[in-house]
Amino acid sequence: MTERPPVIVGAGPAGIRAAATLAAAGLAPIVIDEAPRSGGQIYRRPPHGFARSYRTLYGFDAAKARRLHETFDGLARKIDYRPDTLVWDLRDGVMHCLSAGASREVAYRDIILAPGARDRIIPFPGWTLPGVYTLGGAQIALKAQGCAVGARVVFMGTGPLLYLVAYQYAKAGGGVAAVLDTTPFAAKRRALPGLLRGGRTFAKGLWYVARLRARGIVMASGIKAIAAQGEGAVSAFVYQDAAGSRKTIACDAIAFGYGLSSETQLADLAEIPFAFDSLQQQFLPQRDIAGRTPVRGVYVAGDGSGIAGADAAELAGERAALALLEDRGLAADGARVQTLERALRRISRFRAGLEAAFPFPVDVAAKIPDETVLCRCEGVTAGELRQSARDIDGGDINRAKAFSRCGMGRCQARTCGPSAAIVMAAALNVPLERAGRLRGQPPVKPIPLAVSHE
Amino acid sequence: MSAKDAQFTRMAERDRPRVRFVVDGRDCEALVGDTLLTALLTNGRRVRSSEFGDEPRAGFCLMGACQDCWVALEDGTRLRACTTFVAAGMRVVTQ
Repeated sequence: MTERPPVIVGAGPAGIRAAATLAAAGLAPIVIDEAPRSGGQIYRRPPHGFARSYRTLYGFDAAKARRLHETFDGLARKIDYRPDTLVWDLRDGVMHCLSAGASREVAYRDIILAPGARDRIIPFPGWTLPGVYTLGGAQIALKAQGCAVGARVVFMGTGPLLYLVAYQYAKAGGGVAAVLDTTPFAAKRRALPGLLRGGRTFAKGLWYVARLRARGIVMASGIKAIAAQGEGAVSAFVYQDAAGSRKTIACDAIAFGYGLSSETQLADLAEIPFAFDSLQQQFLPQRDIAGRTPVRGVYVAGDGSGIAGADAAELAGERAALALLEDRGLAADGARVQTLERALRRISRFRAGLEAAFPFPVDVAAKIPDETVLCRCEGVTAGELRQSARDIDGGDINRAKAFSRCGMGRCQARTCGPSAAIVMAAALNVPLERAGRLRGQPPVKPIPLAVSHE
Repeated sequence: MSAKDAQFTRMAERDRPRVRFVVDGRDCEALVGDTLLTALLTNGRRVRSSEFGDEPRAGFCLMGACQDCWVALEDGTRLRACTTFVAAGMRVVTQ
């Protein structure tokens, strides 16, 4: 009997490195990716027919992006690549894959989950208006579509993407109305020693800030979002500055976010136990540094297993692939394993510094006004979730979800989840990890009712 | 707000073949390689109405995570606009 090929879910930095490593060992992995082209989000490739250079698209990371893309393209005849394919369920060695309107079952023996991450957001009044986007979304519009999300964009929130995307817009000739950081300047200064360990990453951040300042763009730290305003679409952003004054900026778009949140639905369906990560303030699948999980044959790598960025994702993808090889009883380069693990530990120390410089503002999420829509899928307000938290008295977030429908919409709490957990914990007056976590359910993303099953 | 107001502004990659499609009965133009979301938002500021009242929605994450941009065609087909490419002759309903 021929052995089943290993499966990799996700063709971003982690998935690509995992695929290359397995292919180099003579295996022919199945690589499943929801996107039409490989690269993931940070190294996302525009559709065929777009003409901008690597330098224009990826800036400082152009060489890395090219290397990664060329690596993947070079695997074409060695792997079974399935783009435009959604893994919507997964259990007991079988996954359900949707492609072109048809669902197929694929059996697996070992699988590397590398599904990546999405923006972590905190709802604020007016955030469902047309014109309000995530920072990642604003970057995708520019990178993959050559568009700005507005003619005059306010960039708001915290995290490395804030300055990077604002800079990319300014450089492309886009209108940047303001760059407003919710982190107080003092918190950044305190985080400086940790950030300095990041070397090049930190230097890039400083460079973006300097370039934005040189363009005379309005920049502020320690702000609080008050509201997006507008009739039918955004026309202004209202905030409170660090000194406590209320300010209004005219704009036709707002791009915001507070770092990233790991995509963990498939790990959940694979029955990997989760543990609360106090640095990231999120429940994450349990894993060791190699990406092994307590479930035999299931590995996790990249931002989907905890946010560590694209460089770490490449290393983790390779490491997880080597773990898979080891567990299949195949040869894995021991020296390479050591090198990868050292590099991953180094990045993880730097991440701690980054989280201190760009902390997820838990207090802001806890204080989302009662009348603000928290769950944009189901139209549930923060006040309604608080009420259901009190009604169930001491229950966990899954019960409050059933009562309020918050997090039961089509996005499966990808958008509201991090804030909903904080609102719940605050309403119940318990630590965040005690509010429990929203469980993943199949299908992990909406699938058409008319799907044919093969 | 006139229907001509666009949410998205094209900054680059304008030299692509054009595609004709229809939004709420109005003839519109997009470029080959545009997602349906880009096509809609370079021609207006809405993608759909919220199920909870009439307020408009226009997508959010652009990466297939938030599911905010599911849009209907006249024949009832539902598509996620940020991960579907626009095709010539598509007839989209956003109202």
